[in-house]
Amino acid sequence: MLSIQDIHVKYGAIRAVMGISFEVKAGEIVALIGANGAGKTTSLRSISGLVKPEQGKIFYNDIELTSMPAHKIVEMGISQVPEGRRVFPLMSVLENLEMGAFTRKDKNKIKDDMKKIFQRFPRLEERKNQLAGTLSGGEQQMLAIGRALMSNPKLLLMDEPSMGLAPMLVQEIFKIIREINSEGTTILLVEQNARMALSIANRAYVLETGQVAISGEAKEMAENKEVQKAYLGL
Amino acid sequence: MTLLNGLLPPYIESIAITVGIYIIMALGLNLITGVTGQLSLGHAAYMSIGAYASAVVSLQLGMPFIFALLAGGIAAGFFGLIIGYPTLRLTGDYLAIATLGFGEIVKSLLFNMPIVGGAMGLAGIPFKSTLTVTLIVVIIVIWMMVRVERSRFGRALLAIREDDIAAECYGINTSLYKVKMFVLGTFIAGIGGALWAHKIMVLQPRDFGFMKSIEILNMVVLGGLGSIPGTVLGAIVLTSIPEVLRFSSDYRMLLYGALLVIMMRFRPNGLLGGVDVTKLVKKSIKSITGSNFADKEKKKVKGGN
Repeated sequence: MLSIQDIHVKYGAIRAVMGISFEVKAGEIVALIGANGAGKTTSLRSISGLVKPEQGKIFYNDIELTSMPAHKIVEMGISQVPEGRRVFPLMSVLENLEMGAFTRKDKNKIKDDMKKIFQRFPRLEERKNQLAGTLSGGEQQMLAIGRALMSNPKLLLMDEPSMGLAPMLVQEIFKIIREINSEGTTILLVEQNARMALSIANRAYVLETGQVAISGEAKEMAENKEVQKAYLGL
Repeated sequence: MTLLNGLLPPYIESIAITVGIYIIMALGLNLITGVTGQLSLGHAAYMSIGAYASAVVSLQLGMPFIFALLAGGIAAGFFGLIIGYPTLRLTGDYLAIATLGFGEIVKSLLFNMPIVGGAMGLAGIPFKSTLTVTLIVVIIVIWMMVRVERSRFGRALLAIREDDIAAECYGINTSLYKVKMFVLGTFIAGIGGALWAHKIMVLQPRDFGFMKSIEILNMVVLGGLGSIPGTVLGAIVLTSIPEVLRFSSDYRMLLYGALLVIMMRFRPNGLLGGVDVTKLVKKSIKSITGSNFADKEKKKVKGGN
């Protein structure tokens, strides 16, 4: 479904990603794990078009995304839950969700999808007229996920969904990610919380200083001695 | 078309026209800075482009005022496009400095262009901006702004102000929307400039300096960034205060400055910032009619006894 081929990304003089390749197949949950500055977020941002790789190619169902602007990529069915949630603070919950459907024109289906999201996140329905900036961290993360789902994506990119959340909420968010996946959305997950990420992913890639260090089935990775030592603290 | 003209004393009428022109200017800047969050410090430059372009159309071509008015708007909007396209990629302070620079360039160019009178200015522009004409344009601009605010386009602009990266993530072509918005905002500034030219009848480059841009920005900030009723109120208050303070002669600008500080101290979000005026009106109507109903109920109960 998604194929990243040897991408290189620079921020000014700093090389954030140096030749990363990986693949996501339809229906999978794939996790990118690794320490700060390993290039996880940058890889995700090159897929969604927020940064442009200076070398390498990105294909989505055999269509090249590499030089496509971000708003076109959303129309292709790829949606991103950005790092740090980034809800629109002065818009209501409802308006935030409507923004998620910005590229869609099928009004009736949008309404149905909104209902589905409220079923999945009853908390959001209770607070639909509240300003998003006044929600708690967990609620904002739910809103960010709901907003991304409003574009009806086939591939969902999630950047650190567990960041800054209490352990209980992290459990809940990961349960939701699994549900979304089981309903047919492919998920590419960037996480620092390697243990949680490996527990729900099919496959995983460990990134280190802008390169893929280890890759494989998530279950095997969780038992890999090196991974355990470096990322699971065992 | 002369419905309202001459109803008021000439002095008041003249101030009313000025207020109207500033409402137009401030609404244009509100779209750029208030709604979309792009700080522009060169709004007066677009006003001057509109003013000079419309004056030339009136003087050289002798065309009817409506053409001069549109020419002013189109000329300013055209420069908005040329300047907006490269600079709107900048954000925050950088955009502010770039627009500031453009404002000064326009002023210097006008100073040195013999065709528009250079430093001597351009005189003999016919008086066309009557109170009726100004009021009609003000109403049209307010109507346009309300339409924009409620449209898909307006939502996208708000999203850009709130978080441009998130906006980009959800399929908003942020650079395209910013440029479109900037062209509309500067077009409106050009219309305001055209009205201005045909009110004061003499144009001088120094009237459109940095301070004029700041004055307009004050109206938007004081009224409440992003609020249309707030911006209108801000323009009315800040244009009339210096007139009201005329009694204090030498201390006029001192008092004006003090008032600005006081207002920002007690209404940091602007006079109408964060106030939903339509909701407020509905609420007050409800509370009035609601209490009337309550009164009637009471009377009924009394009658029953």
